[in-house]
Amino acid sequence: MARAAVPGRLTWQAATVAATRAETATARTLVLDVDGWTGHVPGQHVDVRLTAPDGYTAYRSYSISSAPGPDWLEVTVQAVTDGEVSPYLVDVAEPGDQLEIRGPLGGWFVRRPADPRPALLIGGGSGVAPLMSMVRAAMNPTRLLYSTRSPSDALFTSDLATARAAGDGLVAVTHVYTRVAPPGWPAPPRRLDADALSRVAWPRDADAVAFVCGPTGFVETVADLLVDIGHDPANIRTERFGPTGG
Amino acid sequence: MSTTNAGAEDAPWVDGNALAGPLGEIMGADFTVAELTCAGCRTTRPLAAMRVFDRAPGLVARCPHCEHVVMRVVRTTGRFLVDLRGSLVLSLPVPQ
Ligand SMILES: Cc1cc2nc3c(=O)[nH]c(=O)nc-3n(C[C@H](O)[C@H](O)[C@H](O)COP(=O)(O)OP(=O)(O)OC[C@H]3O[C@@H](n4cnc5c(N)ncnc54)[C@H](O)[C@@H]3O)c2cc1C
Ligand SMILES: [Zn+2]
Repeated sequence: MARAAVPGRLTWQAATVAATRAETATARTLVLDVDGWTGHVPGQHVDVRLTAPDGYTAYRSYSISSAPGPDWLEVTVQAVTDGEVSPYLVDVAEPGDQLEIRGPLGGWFVRRPADPRPALLIGGGSGVAPLMSMVRAAMNPTRLLYSTRSPSDALFTSDLATARAAGDGLVAVTHVYTRVAPPGWPAPPRRLDADALSRVAWPRDADAVAFVCGPTGFVETVADLLVDIGHDPANIRTERFGPTGG
Repeated sequence: MSTTNAGAEDAPWVDGNALAGPLGEIMGADFTVAELTCAGCRTTRPLAAMRVFDRAPGLVARCPHCEHVVMRVVRTTGRFLVDLRGSLVLSLPVPQ
């Protein structure tokens, strides 16, 4: 981890909102400037802390959705109705505002770009955020299966199209819609099932790794389905965002 | 210490990976890659793959195989308490 060079405990550090980008009507990406930030490994997250004028603090975890790089990072937040932190990040924070972050965090749900094994990335809703970082940094064959309720709920639509076009066949992207499909879509809307997974899964002898991320219920279902279709449980890594899906 | 103000019944846990921040602050190292052997069923897995319940009191990590509590982190006034009685062994990679 980048901060391991600094002896002692992990601490909070200042981050400035440099820019924001709407992803959907209820989600946006925040570009955060952080002095001395040395980058991350795709899949890692940061904890973001807000402090109210009366001193009350709250923090939540957000995956890093940008490619690794120095001095800045991006997080992509889906507003949860009645949530304490996410509506502030999606609707209120403006360029110039200061927050606190700690990270980069977590050495387990990570894909090192040089890892030669092919990867199957499966995201539900905002669970695509850490997978987007993996896609942006991909140096080895990568398949993304992205499940959302409808096309208008999908994050990173144009970034994913760009990654698919630029990667020279390295990156493949498949969308699954559970409630509303686009006009002319070949399949009716339906939940992600074993059949859809089998169609994008790597062959059993490919030694593929799977990364599954999204609402806790989604991750439970997908991890079980992967085992059912023959994926080695030891090569499945999961990141659950909690019941709301974040 | 709580990371949510929430109360739903539906799958209210996250992965042990979410402990990277609080444990990094307390211990000064990434404990999510530490492997714990569950005292309930004797299976071993990284803390990142345990189930974490963060809706107080404190943070509780349970074995996904048998649901035994393998780690509990509580903050009292002035101290952090890390209760490991539910784990037989905690192993960490030697720093490179
Ligand atoms: C490692 C990690 C990475 C994450 N990355 C992202 C990301 O990239 N993008 C993103 O948008 N979100 C992400 N999340 C989710 C995020 O941390 C927050 O949980 C989310 O933004 C909701 O926070 P809030 O303060 O708005 O809502 P809260 O105030 O925490 O909760 C609002 C409502 O949601 C329900 N709820 C929320 N959490 C729980 C719970 N644990 N148990 C029961 N009910 C609950 C309750 O009904 C509650 O009233 C991640 C979570 C983890 C653990
Ligand atoms: Zn157990």
